[in-house]
Amino acid sequence: MLTNFAALEVGQHLYWQIGNIRLHGQVFLTSWILLGALLVFISLGTKKMENDPKGLQNLLEFLWDYIRDLARTQIGEKVYRDWMPFIGTLFLFVFVSNWGGALIPWRLIKLPSGELGAPTADINTTIALALLVSLSYFYAGLSNKGWRYFEYYVHPTPIMLPFKILEDFTKPLSLSFRLFGNILADELVVGVLVFLVPLILPIPVMFLGLFTSAIQALIFATLAAYYIGEAVEEHH
Amino acid sequence: MLAFNFFGATEGGLFDINATLPLMAIQVVALTYILNSLFFKPVGNVVEKREKFVSNNIIEAKNKLSEVKKLEADLLTQLQSARLEAQRIVNEAENESDKLYKEALELANDEANASKEKARLEIESQTSAARDQLSKQADYLSELIVNRLILEK
Repeated sequence: MLTNFAALEVGQHLYWQIGNIRLHGQVFLTSWILLGALLVFISLGTKKMENDPKGLQNLLEFLWDYIRDLARTQIGEKVYRDWMPFIGTLFLFVFVSNWGGALIPWRLIKLPSGELGAPTADINTTIALALLVSLSYFYAGLSNKGWRYFEYYVHPTPIMLPFKILEDFTKPLSLSFRLFGNILADELVVGVLVFLVPLILPIPVMFLGLFTSAIQALIFATLAAYYIGEAVEEHH
Repeated sequence: MLAFNFFGATEGGLFDINATLPLMAIQVVALTYILNSLFFKPVGNVVEKREKFVSNNIIEAKNKLSEVKKLEADLLTQLQSARLEAQRIVNEAENESDKLYKEALELANDEANASKEKARLEIESQTSAARDQLSKQADYLSELIVNRLILEK
């Protein structure tokens, strides 16, 4: 039973075959459910916007303000507006995925293969997000500064060039693996604890997992914003 | 035991990268546009409109406050000058009344002195008149006495 549980837990996927391509179905299923819930929540909150915010609108405005502060402090006053939706989407997507994966008892839904869980516990999702961040900061740097963007690679001295080039590879790598590792590890720890001691003991670890999930979302969004800010920053 | 199927297997594994990656990227980009039109834009409009409203009100209130302060200062100087004016008027009046009092006192003194002098003169004249009469009567009486003494002899 233990091997069965472990095998189910790690590295099993619900494959969808569309023509020649294969997809991890469970990742899309959970992400659609969670994003659907997020969109419903947001549509409800923004349905009737008033000057004196009430209820959900209040919460959404708080969220908006939080994301704006995050984007503004990392990217800077000049271009943060252009990137706020992207940073905010990253934050919301990662946060909703992490918390949705931790809070909803997916295990109750049986799949023929693999199991439902946080979409961010799949390496494909996190690499996709990290590559989007990489593309974004290149685009931000090039569109804001043109070819002068590459001055960044020899700033403050040309000795930095190999390190800066290396950074372009380590940034997405660390972004994706940090998120993937944290969320997967959290799911595994909770899973193993629930399997070994089904009562009470996993609860503190679950709370720790919620905390980690929120922190990971914040870290991902903050780092993405920081990389974009670094790319658009003017050197004098 | 847990790591049994970590990297292994042609099928599955933790690091099984496939078309999920680009599709998820497309999904996130689409989500960015959806959230931008559904969440970031409308909420941003409302919040920024309110922030503008608040900052405008603050500026207006500050202007009004400075105006009030200016008016207050104006009133204060006016009050000060009014006070000085009042002080001046009071002083003037006091001086005036002092002068009047002194004049009246002098006048009364003079009058009193005059009537005293008059009375003294009158008393003097009456005294002298009385003295004359007394001396006349004394003469008469002495004559009488003298006549009688002469007759008795």
